Amino acid sequence: METRAIIETKELTKIYNGEVAVDHLSFTVVEGEIFGFLGPNGAGKTTTLLMLLGLTEPTSGYARVLGLDPTRDPIKVKATIGYLQENMGFYSDLNAVQMLRFVAELNGLSGSEIGGRIDDALQNVGLLQESEKKIGAYSRGMRQRLGVAELLIKDSKVAFLDEPTLGLDPDATNRIMELIKSLCRDKKMTVLLSSHLLHQVQKICSRVGIMIKGQMVAQGPMDRLAKEKLGIGQQTYSLEEIYMKYFQEA
Amino acid sequence: MQGVKVILKKELADHFSSYRFVIIFALIAMISLITAYMVGLNIRQQLEGIAKPRFIFLMLFTAPGAMFSLVQFVAFFGPLVGLILGFDTINRERTEGTLSKLLSQPIYRDVVINGKFLAGVTMISIMLVSIVLVITGLGLLVMGIVPGLEEIWRILFYLIISIIYISFWLGVAILFSILFRSTATSALASLAVWIFFSFFVSIFANIAADAMSSDPSPENQEAVMQQAKILKAFKLISPMELYTDSTATIIDPLRKSTRSIVSVGPLENISMSRFSGPLPLGQSILIVIPHIISLVAITIICFAVSYTVFMRQEIRSL
Repeated sequence: METRAIIETKELTKIYNGEVAVDHLSFTVVEGEIFGFLGPNGAGKTTTLLMLLGLTEPTSGYARVLGLDPTRDPIKVKATIGYLQENMGFYSDLNAVQMLRFVAELNGLSGSEIGGRIDDALQNVGLLQESEKKIGAYSRGMRQRLGVAELLIKDSKVAFLDEPTLGLDPDATNRIMELIKSLCRDKKMTVLLSSHLLHQVQKICSRVGIMIKGQMVAQGPMDRLAKEKLGIGQQTYSLEEIYMKYFQEA
Repeated sequence: MQGVKVILKKELADHFSSYRFVIIFALIAMISLITAYMVGLNIRQQLEGIAKPRFIFLMLFTAPGAMFSLVQFVAFFGPLVGLILGFDTINRERTEGTLSKLLSQPIYRDVVINGKFLAGVTMISIMLVSIVLVITGLGLLVMGIVPGLEEIWRILFYLIISIIYISFWLGVAILFSILFRSTATSALASLAVWIFFSFFVSIFANIAADAMSSDPSPENQEAVMQQAKILKAFKLISPMELYTDSTATIIDPLRKSTRSIVSVGPLENISMSRFSGPLPLGQSILIVIPHIISLVAITIICFAVSYTVFMRQEIRSL
């Protein structure tokens, strides 16, 4: 089966005030997969995501999302990508419905279809009961789920999830991971997931990329990386071992 | 421009539900009401027993009440309204992390600025129009004089110029909210600009005019004229001068130039005005058109700078 590359970067580089944040990064994410985007804090993961969104201009190199150049065509790219940043960035004085309506309207959805979609999305992530509450009063887990609801509203083809499990309790983490899995399964969404919970990543990701100091030191299916680095076969390794091995080498 | 409408709607809702807006609005409404009431009473007393002069209704706006006239009040404190509405437009979103959410939606960056600016202009317009309406109503009640058609036109023009003027300050505040990351810094910076233009420009203009004119003795007419010209040119740097000059001419039909060289006392003024007919509205507008164009121009410059800075800014997650 031929798979289509959804995200593709070649020699993508970003230099902030003389400091290299992303260093000749090349990687590919194919349609329908959950790609684990791993790496220590400050490795340049968020910067890469911002470049893919067209919010930051690359210093050199190129990026393609669905065949579009984010620097040239930011509007089309942003219409297809759902981006959930670390702190979610919701307006704390709006309630869930108002927030989702705002996002839907910015995405050019017409008034008649918005109402139904919002209810469906909130139902899907289990927030329908809390929809009249101000987002400022939401717990972290609820915010993350609201983020997933936003992806559903936008009907994104691609989702960038930047640390969606940061600071969540185990139950909330599991709920989010389940939701992400269902996005991929039911909505055929391609997910770029950045996270430090390697155990969870190992469970849901098909391929991973490990980024250290702005460079992608490894990418591919976990089995292959395990074989290359640890010399052991399927099911007996943990992603953490692979990650630490790469981290110590770098 | 779908996005502009959406952002405008949200910003308006934010403004209307914010205490900040309620407080400034209450403050300004209170001061305008008191001033208008005092002026109204004053005029009624003075008019007792004499024939009503023309354009008496406009005096409601120009005659000083307790301390200042309404026109002066708007000239001086109007900028504060613009600054308060705009000083944290962009940097608040930045610190709360909502800016990247907004910009990761399929909209252009200038849509964000436009939507927010338009929301501010709408608030300013609502504020000014309602205040003028209240004053007009109060004037009708207290003075018992109905404004003529031309007076209504003049008030309308006064409103338009005032909206442009306060919008300029809103633009300045938005620019600072883009330039500075911290809301406190942008608030201080915009206050500093306001103070600079309201106090220092006229002082500097005087010093510069004194220094540049050759022989400013009262006998030497040419030198006096030259000095006055330099003074005027310098003062036109200040948006505040542009505004006071233009509104004074619009609201007072007896003014024939934007600034008289010789200062005249109020008594002389009245005796002089007996011999001078009022200007028709069209002529008054002609006099102030350069001022209005300058006001619009500096607002546009402000915007151009805001756009270019904002487009180039890096958006990081924090």
